[in-house]
Amino acid sequence: MSQVNRNSKAKGVNRRQFLATTARAGCAMGLLGLGVSGVAKQSSHLDPMAIRPPGALDEQDFLSACVRCGLCVQACPYDTLKLARWFEGAPTGTPYFTARTVPCEMCEDIPCVKACPSGSLDHALTNIDEAKMGIAVLIDEKNCLNFKGLRCDVCYRVCPLIDNAITLERQHNQRSDHHAMFLPTVNSDTCTGCGKCEHACVLEEAAIKVLPAHIALGKTATHDTYINTEETTLEMLNKGLTL
Amino acid sequence: MTNGMSNTKMKTPGAAQTRFAQAAIDELGWWRAHKFLFLRRASQLCVLLTFAIGPWMGLWVLKGNLSSSELLGTVPLSDPLVTLQVLMTGHLPETALLVGALLIALFYLLAGGRVFCSWVCPVNLVTDCASWLRRKLRLPRTAEMPRGLRYYLLALVLLLPLVTGITVWEWVNPVPILYRALLFGAGSGLWILAMIFLLDLFISERAWCGHLCPTGALFALLGKASPVKVSAVNASACDNCMDCFEVCPERQVLKPALKGDNPMIVDSDCTQCGRCIDVCAQRVFQYQNRIALKAENNQ
Ligand code: SF4
Ligand code: SF4
Ligand code: SF4
Ligand code: SF4
Ligand code: SF4
Repeated sequence: MSQVNRNSKAKGVNRRQFLATTARAGCAMGLLGLGVSGVAKQSSHLDPMAIRPPGALDEQDFLSACVRCGLCVQACPYDTLKLARWFEGAPTGTPYFTARTVPCEMCEDIPCVKACPSGSLDHALTNIDEAKMGIAVLIDEKNCLNFKGLRCDVCYRVCPLIDNAITLERQHNQRSDHHAMFLPTVNSDTCTGCGKCEHACVLEEAAIKVLPAHIALGKTATHDTYINTEETTLEMLNKGLTL
Repeated sequence: MTNGMSNTKMKTPGAAQTRFAQAAIDELGWWRAHKFLFLRRASQLCVLLTFAIGPWMGLWVLKGNLSSSELLGTVPLSDPLVTLQVLMTGHLPETALLVGALLIALFYLLAGGRVFCSWVCPVNLVTDCASWLRRKLRLPRTAEMPRGLRYYLLALVLLLPLVTGITVWEWVNPVPILYRALLFGAGSGLWILAMIFLLDLFISERAWCGHLCPTGALFALLGKASPVKVSAVNASACDNCMDCFEVCPERQVLKPALKGDNPMIVDSDCTQCGRCIDVCAQRVFQYQNRIALKAENNQ
């Protein structure tokens, strides 16, 4: 303790050296930032088959909010949710589920949302029937048994919102000419994207699949004036156009 | 030569000179020369196990991981750095996250910020391992990186969410990646830890924890005023064996305490790991409570 403090003279920071170091470190950091952001941006496009838990914010907001704690994963009683790994479709550490493996069981008290500390699962969602995890799409009409004129109906019957989110639309079977076909049809307004239909589909590869809403849904262009068909038709008739 | 009595780690038959910290072992016995190292490992494992017995055995004391968790189903605890990042994206999180971050910040404000690094952080196991190997293999000391780098990185980590709107750092942050690997089986991110290990071992000594980690940087800032410090109470007994310099992950903090006027290691870079206490045969160092000490002196 009582030794001479030989150090005290060297203490004053050499300014030029300091500035040089700062500049170098600044450059290095800039490059690093670019690199990491690049990786993050690139993998922030959600894998189309990875569906977010109920109440998840829009993908961009979700990625701002989620701290990747896994509390939602641990709160789910059905082991539906998983945390994404590196090199998987979804951004590393964020929760998702694969409907074909384990669908969401639509818990009435929505424990996954309650557990989320960051609000990336929106706590305003209190009625699970209003969840929008994705939209089911009957994607393969060629192999769907109902489209072949058979009565499989499995996806229709397992849907928690049967006759609402998914209906069977009766249609004349032109092939046999005296049978009916019952085509499973998803109502995108009420489908929650729970994925029970996809999970239950009897085919080896499901003919009905849940896709994230931004992939499944079309969008009317803002300039489209042909929305109200009745009015448009009248207008055309008035103008003397033939239909 | 060494007496090789109680140390089982030592296997290299060719090592001709004295084993590291042999003086302390001879003087104090193996236990006292490894006490804080042992307690520290125990603490790191305890924290990890408290998290792990949930998913592994269904005993839920702590849910979640180091990023955010819930103690006994009620008390929220969250990492201040990830919480700050979320705030920087402009997203206002649920109060649970904010309260959790505040509780953790308060704890490290009192306990000493980088106590997290040495007593809790899982990456510390990896970097200490690299440093131990480095000593065993006698790898040459390479060029020092500037110590301030971690503060630039911290600034960057907080700036990127502002620019990009996403918590960019969480893609690569090794601290939660290791926890997620163990608790959620998400092992494919471990390549980042392998990189850190190799970086520390071959490229630059203590590169990650000592120079880069922004988590460590934030905790260092938090712990500036903490009352608990390591102090060179017995600096006059120092025989310049340099063992503490050899083992300290932030060796620049030692000299001012050993050779300056204030024996207290006030530099917040000190991780308060207590290894310097362990390896010093002269018992130069001790944990001290700054506040209690001041009160005593004022009496
Ligand atoms: S609603 Fe229930 S089953 Fe669905 S993800 Fe949440 S906790 Fe799991
Ligand atoms: S609980 Fe919320 S913050 Fe945590 S991983 Fe799930 S969605 Fe992300
Ligand atoms: S995903 Fe399938 S089962 Fe679930 S609500 Fe939509 S149609 Fe029904
Ligand atoms: S510096 Fe970072 S990685 Fe190292 S021990 Fe501290 S928090 Fe962990
Ligand atoms: S000074 Fe001592 S307690 Fe602090 S980091 Fe170095 S060895 Fe650990």
